[in-house]
Amino acid sequence: MIELENVAYSYSGEALFSDISLTLAPGSFHFLTGPSGAGKTTFLKLCYGALLPSSGQMRLFGEDLRAMDRDAVAMARRKIGVVHQDCQFLDHLPLSENVALPVSVTGQGSTDQTENLRELMTWVGLTGRSDARPPELSGGERQRAALARALIMSPDVILADEPTGNVDWDMSQRLLRLLVELNKMGKTVVIATHDLGLIRAAKAQVQARVLRIANRTLQTAGADL
Amino acid sequence: MTRWFDTAMLRAVLARDASADRVVPPEGFTVRLTLFTAAAMAFLAVFALALSLAAGRLATSWGEELARASTIRISAPRDQMAEQTAAALRVLEQTPGVREARALSPDEQRALLQPWFGPDLPLDQLPVPQLIEVIEAEDGYDSEGLRLRLQAEVPGAVLDEHTRWRRPLVEAAGRLRTLGWVSMALIAAATGAMVTLAANAALAANAQVIAVLRLVGATDGYIASAFVRRFTLRTLAGAAAGAALGLGALLIMPGGGDTGGILTGLRLQGWHWMLPLLVPPLAALVAFLATAHASKRVLEGLT
Repeated sequence: MIELENVAYSYSGEALFSDISLTLAPGSFHFLTGPSGAGKTTFLKLCYGALLPSSGQMRLFGEDLRAMDRDAVAMARRKIGVVHQDCQFLDHLPLSENVALPVSVTGQGSTDQTENLRELMTWVGLTGRSDARPPELSGGERQRAALARALIMSPDVILADEPTGNVDWDMSQRLLRLLVELNKMGKTVVIATHDLGLIRAAKAQVQARVLRIANRTLQTAGADL
Repeated sequence: MTRWFDTAMLRAVLARDASADRVVPPEGFTVRLTLFTAAAMAFLAVFALALSLAAGRLATSWGEELARASTIRISAPRDQMAEQTAAALRVLEQTPGVREARALSPDEQRALLQPWFGPDLPLDQLPVPQLIEVIEAEDGYDSEGLRLRLQAEVPGAVLDEHTRWRRPLVEAAGRLRTLGWVSMALIAAATGAMVTLAANAALAANAQVIAVLRLVGATDGYIASAFVRRFTLRTLAGAAAGAALGLGALLIMPGGGDTGGILTGLRLQGWHWMLPLLVPPLAALVAFLATAHASKRVLEGLT
């Protein structure tokens, strides 16, 4: 799905990390941890082509990222669901339209999708909030909405940055179950998180690998987590 | 590379995609300014057009008269009239630059005088001068030389170049027409610049919208079409209103009739009334090109 080969990334000349080689295989489940500022978000941005690596090679769905034009990147993003830490929406549209936005931009709205939308909204517990504008939502609601939006196209890869940062334990378990279910359907999942409890809970349900960015490189963390 | 004309964009703009329309927040100050400026520009364009056309008509009609007409008037005692007329015609025949010279017949002279003296004028009883119409060749004749020769050979003849004084005016009318067209080109360019500025402002103000759309996999074409559509339609609407007002203003201008002055002749004539109808679509085309270019440039600068 997504392959990194000796990838390095530096901000204004200073290396954030270097020499990362990793393959996110179909159906794999990864957690990404590490101290704040270590580059978790940057790593995720590389994975959906928002940033180009300073050196090394990056392949999305078998295509070299450097060789992809802007439309090719857009097409690849339709197969990657992204949940940002600070989720942004179109503030003038109601929540339901925001969640369905990936569908409308690809111009493939259908009754099938309407059913999907209803089901997803139920899963993330936002059914009653469909008509609310994004600025009216709480932090937790926004995160759940962002997750729903990331999933509506049934993407092959799901990249989530602290998706449970603002929600309570029960809700985070619920969201995790959703991600685990999707993973069992063959989706690739990468979750960046500080929440060790979440990682432990996931490990009980699924074969998850834990990656740690620290000291400018990516390590596979010990099994004791 | 930016192509000059993006047909895919044109199709996206023409296809009414309600969802693409909705992703850009509605209204805003820039939109109202775009409407107003487009209207003002179209209004001015209609006037520049009317001015150019009127100046062009004037230059053409005066130019034609110039090419045709000077007159020689022969006042002589009745018994010498025929002789002097023949002498004048002879002189004219020998003058280089005169294509044709013709003595007016009594009937024609009567027709010329009729507006002043009525139809029953006994022309043969009055000492009416004989008129000779002189038609110049392309490059004209030497009027001083002709005048001198006539003085010597036909004492009763007066060369009247009644349209010569118009020559600098014809030139001025031609210049005025050019100025009118230059004004229209400037108006088109200013419209393009204004729409570019407005589109840039709108794109900057909607940075978050664009970021969200990119994140969920919208192509540049989709994002740009939402902006391009909006500005193209606003410009079209504004220009239509402005052109309508301009036409209305032209309609209440007095029509000049035959006097053909630049001020009284500003009203359009015949099929020229159709031309202002082209102003709104042309303005929309300018807006389309300007916004497509601006949004392409802005979007290519983003990740």
